[in-house]
Amino acid sequence: MLQTAPRKGKKSTTSKRATHDRFLEAFRWMLLARTLEDKLASLYRGGLITGGVYIGRGQEAVSVSCGLFLQKGDVFAPLIRDQAGRSAFGEPLLDVVRTYLGSREGPMRGRDGNIHRGRPLENQLAMISHLGAMIPVITGKLLAKRMKGEKDFVGLTTIGEGGMQTGATHEGLNIAAVEQVPLVVVVTNNHFAYSTPNEREFACAHLVDRAKGYGYEGHTVDGTDLNACLEVIETAVKRARAGRPPQMVVATTLRLAGHGEHDDASYVPSEMKSELFAQDPVQRTEKFILEQNLLDAAALTKMRAEIAKEVDEAVATAQTEDAPAADEEDWSALSTRHLTDEIA
Amino acid sequence: VSVTYLEAIREAQTKLLREDERVFIYGQDIGGKFGGAFKATKGLAEKFPGRVLNTPISEDAMVGTAIGAALEGMRPIVEMQFADFSSVALNQILNNAGTHYYRTNVPVPITVRLPSGGTKGSGPFHSQSMEGLYSHYPGVIVVTPATVEDAYTMLIDAVAIDDPVIYCEHKYLYYHLKADALPKDKLPIGKARIVRPGRDLTIVSYSAMVHEALAVANELHKDGFEVEVVDLRTVKPLDTATVLASVARTGRLLCVGEAFPWGGVTAEVIARVTTEGFHLLDAAPARVNAKDTPIPYHPNLWSAHRPNAKTIATKARQVLAE
Repeated sequence: MLQTAPRKGKKSTTSKRATHDRFLEAFRWMLLARTLEDKLASLYRGGLITGGVYIGRGQEAVSVSCGLFLQKGDVFAPLIRDQAGRSAFGEPLLDVVRTYLGSREGPMRGRDGNIHRGRPLENQLAMISHLGAMIPVITGKLLAKRMKGEKDFVGLTTIGEGGMQTGATHEGLNIAAVEQVPLVVVVTNNHFAYSTPNEREFACAHLVDRAKGYGYEGHTVDGTDLNACLEVIETAVKRARAGRPPQMVVATTLRLAGHGEHDDASYVPSEMKSELFAQDPVQRTEKFILEQNLLDAAALTKMRAEIAKEVDEAVATAQTEDAPAADEEDWSALSTRHLTDEIA
Repeated sequence: VSVTYLEAIREAQTKLLREDERVFIYGQDIGGKFGGAFKATKGLAEKFPGRVLNTPISEDAMVGTAIGAALEGMRPIVEMQFADFSSVALNQILNNAGTHYYRTNVPVPITVRLPSGGTKGSGPFHSQSMEGLYSHYPGVIVVTPATVEDAYTMLIDAVAIDDPVIYCEHKYLYYHLKADALPKDKLPIGKARIVRPGRDLTIVSYSAMVHEALAVANELHKDGFEVEVVDLRTVKPLDTATVLASVARTGRLLCVGEAFPWGGVTAEVIARVTTEGFHLLDAAPARVNAKDTPIPYHPNLWSAHRPNAKTIATKARQVLAE
């Protein structure tokens, strides 16, 4: 591995070249997420996005690692700060901007917005806001795959240290372990549940200590270190796929944005911003790439330009598309249309 | 040979498990030889290995897991041990399953069985009727079978429906209600049934209260009144047309439900009849519900808390006298 020493007794079988390629691929998704989310924030400030914008600034290294090791047939249940992982998993840019801009062409057709999007039939589950709710849902997907006789699949879901405190999370983590489904739960402690700091969120020494209590194998990782995130999450995914118990990875970062773009996060103490966990993973990775000569400055500039063009094109496309029209809705929440309740 | 309401539920599940490999049952104490708190799954775990699964006491996660399995093409049935405990799963049922099709265009075919309603000595947390609460939210279908035949056919139909169905089975009817055989034909979900024709008063009811309403109709018959009894069968969607047609014949309406009085099914029926059929009414409509307190434990209190033939008859006579 590039930055993190291999674990004792375990030899990396990946060639150096392949490792570099994967590292650069991960970085590209991180940069795409950063560029896209900067653009969304700018559109929000310009009044072009209704509702909220919720970004994953500071969590790109963890998030991309969540999407990168999943294969066809695997299931991903991302949460609020997972643009990098969603993109790495295969979410088209257009799905993102169409949902934020309320295009009728998007997967949610203007019926839901921002991060509440997904393509459940393509194994990208659509989160609801109630934290922990997606843990049993991904468990059910995996349970059903096993019932149907599928093999070699894995599921990965993410949650924050805030979401770790709900009853739904407790029930979900437990039932996944009872069912022994091949699940990886990646917990990112970004130090704030909206504005509430860790000391008012939980009282255990470290969230990973809960892994043992639930019957999971636990891992910790510096969420600002892409190499470490790739290695630890790849290991967790491999273990789950190999039939080990569910895996819990706890990453540590600082949320480098507000809860949403409406929030200036003025409650984050300034001294916290100089902590190691407060490093910007995109900047840190870029610095590493230049130091190690994985890419030169010109190649990085070219990559940035390509990404900016992709983002701008997606936004331009979505902006030309129609919004949903209320008078064209049939206002039924049921696929069984004839059982829609009609009130005159 | 006779079949009880409970046996009909078990037979429906047997048929579903036998004929559809997508079906599995998920709930507390339903696996092994135990067969559930009320024995609605007795023998099924042994007959269908791996498809009748015990869960931890985690109502929220039980439904969440069923949702995920449904998205993967399965047809899960969740057995709540008591309807009352489904309150823990409201988030998954209403915010996740109930919104999913509207948001994503992908329906969630789950059936949640709720052993509902009061029995003597069951108290505040093992007696509730939650059909009104579920019906308030979009995206779910809510059925309340009152007969052995409906218990059987509506459970089979519920599992066939691509959307979430809340199947409210009444615990009092489990053993008290018997039919000669399982039904050969059926009325579909969404249609109400006129269980007794009449010309003087329409009593609209559902689930166990249908039988109380029938008792009242028999009693009032002795006094020369012909009471028409409508069994809603499905409370969402509400078969307003059948109710309005009945009120058009009788001119008088009484609604009876076992749930708490504020809002709910009886209020909804009256709201629809008065807004859509005000001209049909010869008297102000009325309703009888449970009292607005938690459901009491002691039989003396419990039997007065819920509607019964006596309180329904009193209210019916008032409406008839108006």
